[in-house]
Amino acid sequence: MSSHAAEAVAHGHTHRDDVGSKMGMWLFLFTELILFGGMFIVYAVYRYMHQAEFHLAASELDRLVGTVNTIVLLTSSLTVAMSITAMQEGKKSLAMLLVGITIVLALAFLVNKYFEWDHKFAVGLYPGSPELSNKPQGVILYFGLYYVMTGLHALHVIIGMAVLAVMMGFMKTGTIHQGSYVRLEAGALYWHLVDIIWIFLFPLFYLLH
Amino acid sequence: MAQHDQSSAHHETPHSVSYTQYLLIWLGLVMLTGLTVALAGVDLGRWIIVTALAIASIKTMMVLEVFMHLKFEDKTFRLFVLVACVTLAIFFILTFFDYAFA
Repeated sequence: MSSHAAEAVAHGHTHRDDVGSKMGMWLFLFTELILFGGMFIVYAVYRYMHQAEFHLAASELDRLVGTVNTIVLLTSSLTVAMSITAMQEGKKSLAMLLVGITIVLALAFLVNKYFEWDHKFAVGLYPGSPELSNKPQGVILYFGLYYVMTGLHALHVIIGMAVLAVMMGFMKTGTIHQGSYVRLEAGALYWHLVDIIWIFLFPLFYLLH
Repeated sequence: MAQHDQSSAHHETPHSVSYTQYLLIWLGLVMLTGLTVALAGVDLGRWIIVTALAIASIKTMMVLEVFMHLKFEDKTFRLFVLVACVTLAIFFILTFFDYAFA
């Protein structure tokens, strides 16, 4: 490996702590867990109080759209995980390609989400709409939670795309290379968290009716 | 695969997960998604939420362990994740004490 000498020098002058870096990232992910966890508690309580209405409201969602988006997101998690292996093997172009595919899949998720929300708006199901205001309290709460939780999740998808784009830049410039790829790992960890949140959002909003 | 001979414990020994391993996990995740969708069409009554959450939890474990490399990291990471999950579980339990017995 040609960069060995350069690395040895770099190690001599910089204090690198990859385990510490990753631990920091995990700690950040726990704050995200608590952020979404709080919302899942609100969902759980309202669902407990308005079971029949939640089931009724959930039937308004398109199960197929939700399933497609789940598979899109799972696949994006696969490609970003694979990019780390590629980077470990020193295959820079492959790693960049895989992160690029992840970003494209993230975009596909958002486009799908856009059409889904657009359709809901078209049939008058949006917070504060006259149509929704006439519905039972549980249905109003369900759609309020649906927009806030999937909306916050979508915001995370957008942030994740930006993070991964920066990682691509780092790979291009060589900041991330075979000997140092902890940044890519941290970016990937964030992306997997976004995937995990969706793993729970999907059955709770799309399947329970 | 270049293994760095580091004496310092602060530098990671890269653990490489093979593409095949990732693909198998992904396949498992997609199959579990199919299962959870298929089960949604079955009238399971109260069990519908239990099975849905159980499948989601299994999927999460697969993502955590392999995609997020928890399986290959220092044990401390696992402890951290456990503490975070238990904390969240306590929030849930305490909240439901309020609603279930109010």
